[in-house]
Amino acid sequence: AGAGRCPQGAGFAAPEVAMPAVPSLVDRYFTRWYKADVKGKPCEDHCILQHSNCNNTGSIFAPRRICVITLAGPHLVLQSGKAIKSISYQISTNCSRLQNKVSGKFKRGAQFLTELAPLCKIYCSDGEEYTMSSCVRGWLMEVNESILHKPSILQEKPSTEGYTAVVLPKFEESKSITEGLLTQKQYEEVVVKSINATTATS
Amino acid sequence: LFNMFPLTVENKHVAQLLLSTGTCPRCIFRFCGVDFHAPYKLPYKELLNELQKFLETEKDELISEVPNPPPKKIRLQELEDGIDGMDNLSQNGEGKILIIEDGSIASKNSNLNVCNVCLGILQDFCEKEFIKKLSVREVLKWIKQSLSLERNDTVQLKEAYKWITHPLFSEELGVPIDGKSLFEVSVVFAHPETVEDCHFLRAICPDCFKPAKNKQSVFTRMAVMKALNKIKEEDFRKQFPCPPNSPKAVCSVVEIECAHGAVFVAGRYNKYSRNLPQTPWIIDGERKLDSSVEELISDHLLTVFKAERRPFAIELVNPHRVHFTSQEIKELQQKINNSSNKIQVRDLQLVTREAIGHMKEGEEEKTKTYSALIWTNKAIQRKDIEFLDDIKDLKIDQKTPLRVLHRRPLAVRTRIIHSMETHYVDEHHFRLYLKTQAGTYIKEFVHGDFGRTKPNICSLMDVTADILELDVEH
Repeated sequence: AGAGRCPQGAGFAAPEVAMPAVPSLVDRYFTRWYKADVKGKPCEDHCILQHSNCNNTGSIFAPRRICVITLAGPHLVLQSGKAIKSISYQISTNCSRLQNKVSGKFKRGAQFLTELAPLCKIYCSDGEEYTMSSCVRGWLMEVNESILHKPSILQEKPSTEGYTAVVLPKFEESKSITEGLLTQKQYEEVVVKSINATTATS
Repeated sequence: LFNMFPLTVENKHVAQLLLSTGTCPRCIFRFCGVDFHAPYKLPYKELLNELQKFLETEKDELISEVPNPPPKKIRLQELEDGIDGMDNLSQNGEGKILIIEDGSIASKNSNLNVCNVCLGILQDFCEKEFIKKLSVREVLKWIKQSLSLERNDTVQLKEAYKWITHPLFSEELGVPIDGKSLFEVSVVFAHPETVEDCHFLRAICPDCFKPAKNKQSVFTRMAVMKALNKIKEEDFRKQFPCPPNSPKAVCSVVEIECAHGAVFVAGRYNKYSRNLPQTPWIIDGERKLDSSVEELISDHLLTVFKAERRPFAIELVNPHRVHFTSQEIKELQQKINNSSNKIQVRDLQLVTREAIGHMKEGEEEKTKTYSALIWTNKAIQRKDIEFLDDIKDLKIDQKTPLRVLHRRPLAVRTRIIHSMETHYVDEHHFRLYLKTQAGTYIKEFVHGDFGRTKPNICSLMDVTADILELDVEH
């Protein structure tokens, strides 16, 4: 019954030195959304951090919330023993996410992403190659260039400094942006199911 | 009085031409560059009289006075005859003037009832009688067209109208007139007969008249001016008579609008509650926190108008009341301070728009002092934070914080942390006092904002840090 998730990797917090006594930055400002088995690839789970900001002035419009694309704990890249050789934002011959240039308050010039749009490629020392996808529709604001110089950040701090990209949804899609994603609770159920499946079959 | 007749011999030819084609005396003055007010203010009948006298060539005959005040058309007929000289003198209206059955006067080039330039605005509409009625509407697109011809010293119709009417308004309402006043009275004219006169320009210069979403009509003043600048003289003349035809009817009045420019109120406030946001915090229609600094201060003003307090400014749009004594302002400030113990206001005052500009500039140049309570994930000792006290003028690069990125441009801002002072609290907490350049995002400097502010407290201390409390000191 499909590849299950490794129990050790199923923790939802990134490996920390101590469990925080206070809610983390992500806890305080973001809502976690998940996409499991992105592009049908087992265990290539992504976690979308949706900022919780609002329209202060009581606007009738749904607020436009920034999304940060990150790896979810169970993602294969984050499992112990995996070493990343390099990361590349060159997703095709003609397109590099590094070329994304955004200007002005209305963020003109950004590359538009659909849910399946590739963000980057992760090359591991064991020869495995993983593609990260946007998982949400919107305009690409920026990609994280520091993981190019120090790929291990992706594994050390996948939920914060190891983020991949920042996406700004279309104004008119502000409300529907998370329709294809799982809530924290739903994702936990998926993970538990798959762990049980693995345990059962192994 | 009549020695002050403003036209001279040089103007005679132009004045004759204009008058014969249906232009009123005041418009004639404007085209002759008469730029002092007195002549415009003389009563219309007198002006006509004087103009007529002025235009008399070596004429021996006097215009005979008729016992009852003659209807305009007869008077002007005589004038016309006078201009022509001795030719075509006729008592019953032959010559250039045709009298139509319905009593109104129309002729190709000589309708002296309604001015073909101002449509009556500088005729009846600046007479005392009219001002008393106070209900007008103005649409002057095609008039502006004719005014934009030739001379630079042609007096604008709007200016002449103001010269005449300001003193009349002043007298009627019992207030002084100030050209730079924030209180504006708009007087609106309409002339449906000629509204479409400028539409021919669209065929010749179509790119000047592109429809835009919010515009009711593409024929805006700007668009028409642009087209007039583009169009060639010959092309214009082919399409539009010069001088313009005399209108059949005078323009009509639509409404009068009053508005007051925004006023600004400034002061200083202290915030005594951490649960009070600056602006109302409402998500999905649901208020998350009670009230806000903005509401606590502005509610009172709208109804009527720490040691170091933070300056604030409020713009009150189209206020119906603008004058307050300093006593009233004091009372307003007291009311605000009494209404809530969450904020206190000081130095409340009315200020100009320029002063607000200064306030905003000042914000950029200043340094700010903050006090923050920091949490660290790793257990720390005093020695772990001491080094922060020695750091001076630390340059940091801050990408636009994620929390404001949806409404601010994406950019990197360099800011300076001038100095820091640490106070150890316990293994996971310390107080950090910072003196920074204005515009520094403090929270992001502490937690690093996903590494997008570099360096930050996390990177400096090699811990995961977060900010629990933030207060402004100065």
